[in-house]
Amino acid sequence: MPLLAFLVLLGLSVLGYIWNRQAAAALARRGERLHSLESFHGAYAFLTAFVPVTILLLVWLLAQGPVIDWLVMRSLPEAALTGADEGARQLILAEIKSIAGGRVFGTPEPWKVEAAERLLAIRAASGWALVSVVAVLAAALTLRARARVAPEFRARHRVERIVLWLMVACATVAIFVTIGIVASLMIETSRFFAKVPFTEFFFGLNWEPQIPLREDQIAAEGAFGWIPVIWGTLMITVIALVVAVPVGLMSAIYLNEFAPARLRAVAKPVLEILAGVPTVVYGFFAILVVAPALRTAGQGVGLDVSPNTALAAGSVMGIMLIPFISSFADDALSAVPQALRDGALGLGATRAEMMTTVLFPAAIPGIVGGVLLAVSRAIGETMIVVMAAGLIAKLTLNPLDSVTTVTVQIVTLLIGDTAFDNPKTLAAFALGMMLFVITLGINVLALRIVRKYREAYD
Amino acid sequence: MTDTTPTLHGIARPSAQEAARHLARRKRRQRRLVAYGLAAIAFAFLMLAILVGSLVVSGAKAFVQTHVTLEVFVDPAEIRADRLPRGGFKDVLQAALQKQIPGIEDRKDAKRLLGILSNGAQFMLRDMVVADPSLIGETIKLTVPVSDPYDQLAKGEIDPETPEEFRRLKDDEIAWFRTLEEKGLVSMPFNWALFTNADSRFPELAGLKGALMGSFWALLVCFVISFPLGIGAAIYLEEFGRKNRVADIIEVNINNLAAVPSVVFGLLALAVFLGWFGLPRSAPLVGGMTLALMTLPTIIIATRAALKAVPPSIREAALGVGASNQQVVFHHVLPLAMPGILTGTIIGLAQALGETAPLLLIGMNAFITSAPASPMDAATALPTQIFIWADSPERGFVARTSAAILVLLGFLIAMNALAIFLRARFERKW
Repeated sequence: MPLLAFLVLLGLSVLGYIWNRQAAAALARRGERLHSLESFHGAYAFLTAFVPVTILLLVWLLAQGPVIDWLVMRSLPEAALTGADEGARQLILAEIKSIAGGRVFGTPEPWKVEAAERLLAIRAASGWALVSVVAVLAAALTLRARARVAPEFRARHRVERIVLWLMVACATVAIFVTIGIVASLMIETSRFFAKVPFTEFFFGLNWEPQIPLREDQIAAEGAFGWIPVIWGTLMITVIALVVAVPVGLMSAIYLNEFAPARLRAVAKPVLEILAGVPTVVYGFFAILVVAPALRTAGQGVGLDVSPNTALAAGSVMGIMLIPFISSFADDALSAVPQALRDGALGLGATRAEMMTTVLFPAAIPGIVGGVLLAVSRAIGETMIVVMAAGLIAKLTLNPLDSVTTVTVQIVTLLIGDTAFDNPKTLAAFALGMMLFVITLGINVLALRIVRKYREAYD
Repeated sequence: MTDTTPTLHGIARPSAQEAARHLARRKRRQRRLVAYGLAAIAFAFLMLAILVGSLVVSGAKAFVQTHVTLEVFVDPAEIRADRLPRGGFKDVLQAALQKQIPGIEDRKDAKRLLGILSNGAQFMLRDMVVADPSLIGETIKLTVPVSDPYDQLAKGEIDPETPEEFRRLKDDEIAWFRTLEEKGLVSMPFNWALFTNADSRFPELAGLKGALMGSFWALLVCFVISFPLGIGAAIYLEEFGRKNRVADIIEVNINNLAAVPSVVFGLLALAVFLGWFGLPRSAPLVGGMTLALMTLPTIIIATRAALKAVPPSIREAALGVGASNQQVVFHHVLPLAMPGILTGTIIGLAQALGETAPLLLIGMNAFITSAPASPMDAATALPTQIFIWADSPERGFVARTSAAILVLLGFLIAMNALAIFLRARFERKW
């Protein structure tokens, strides 16, 4: 039905374009001097009909679901809802919807079947109402645009103004996305802190987000101290950097100064391939190859290696970060002015001495910026750790033990669970908030360092 | 002229021997640095080789599937035309197997014998008979996949030398299968089911169709949203936006969005798209919308670069012959920048295709046995399907996961190759 409404709208708008254009052309044939080209008269009709009605269509589609739910729930018999809390109401609604969708389990009460029929009726009515409202509005707007066609009508200015505002709207989407992220994280996080005290989250040393499923169930209350979680994150990040920084820097130094052109032409694309591999592939690589290899190696020297070690996840993440660091360092080295290279070589330095004593120190701000961005990547990286790291939060220094990370906890807490009112799901949003703040801070810092360094030679 | 002493400002010059030693040491140091660099490159190459190699080795086996061909007598006593689609299809298949491997009397053994065939075999036979009821009473040749353990056996993953209790197949089961092999009934054709089936609990039946369709819908939605939005935003920022505070804020915003961890976008989608707007869970529509938000910065940045690359002379010439500012952009600058924009868009979509974490949070990791027909149907995507299969304990799913990854990498390579081709073919140097 929404598709039909959209097609009606599109058809009417295109008709409006053709109609207006022909009207303008007719004026021109009669010898009138038009202010704007015929196509602008057409475009004016198209835009004035299409843009506002499309917005209406989208708003309608977004608002429709909740409104229909509300109408259906209101029409239920009083007796069915007395004593039902929010969860029970949701359950009833879900059951009515599945009956309406033709998936009937057992024999539902007659009032539920009735409600399902009403739901279908309201849906159908809403669909037809949408189509007719869209058709009438689009037709009216087209007629309005047609009435405006006149030699002195400044259609080009009108069209260009609309297009400009459309582009402004596009540009502000980025702002709205940021606002959306911050708002959704803040709201859910504040609800989390209404249930779990501030101090417990920030200073607690236990992370056990299991909560009882039923009221009478005897289970742990759940502990929400994030220290062990962030500890695991940092540990895996450090392991990743231990792999990525030396390899990335060395390959950048080599490619930038010493590599023959042909090797460089091969190595750069290969590193780019490494950067383009999706992280879920790295995650599978970690469990298919790296973790078993570590286990075998560990058994060989008599070490007890857990199946999902921090080392496996961290080292694979390090491999993922190699091209990242390498390309950043390469850019930073290339940005050092030629005069510094020439000066060092002219004083008799070997190329290696030129690199280690002049080029590298000059490029350090850019390299540090790149490494910081890599750190933020590593902290926010999800799939590798979800697949290869553990689930249980542990405060340990042993890289052969299993640790968990912020992103792992977010994913495991939210998979298959949409109830927004228990601390378990809300905890994921609190962790997400922390993740957002930390990565944003690191990014801002890194960009600032990079920018400061750029100014040095300009 | 007297002999000048080899001192300068009172510093003793090294003798020729010392200088040579010093030089040798410096050259050694340079060689060491070069060696480190080469080792680093070699390490990266080696890792890529191991990554791809291990995936190919483990995934290649999933591109073929062991089948067995049986002469099946569609027994009218078991399957009656008036009772379709019900009927004793299992018994018919069991009888066909017992005909090939005689001497099995015990009912338990006969049941285990049926385990050679995939669980889907009875449904394939059923569908054939339902489609053509005249088959009842006939003997037909039926080629069906074997179940996972036998598939592993045929591919050499199960070693008959290991003690029986550590093996998934008993000695007699292996013997039965060898009998079938000797009779030439076992074949290993290309595994089309990998592309034509949706997900399944049985590895031998599981395919990628649902995931491919899910990814297709999600990418389509992502493209439809992010392409116009990205171009609009980029044109405004590059051509019309005054350099003021607002433009600065937008700019900083876009750069920051590009660096926000993907899982945070998943949280946003979960809270806003599912929580506030009440859009359906697991739908490629929501997945596509989420991916669009993540792709947007990539497209904006690429479009701005492409617009910047168009030389000012084009703009000045168009303005000179009386075009308005917007006519200059839409008639001249944008068409010339299009190859660069498309290249950036394709690269952005390739990134979106491999993105997993946000899709997990909006439930695109559900177990769904049919391909989605529209972006509103519940579905998985290629990367989330990989994640699901990687989590599955059955041995057969390891190969399937690697195969799915190879398919995903194939798509990524194709998209990137297209981007490179576009850049090489259409991008102009001014």
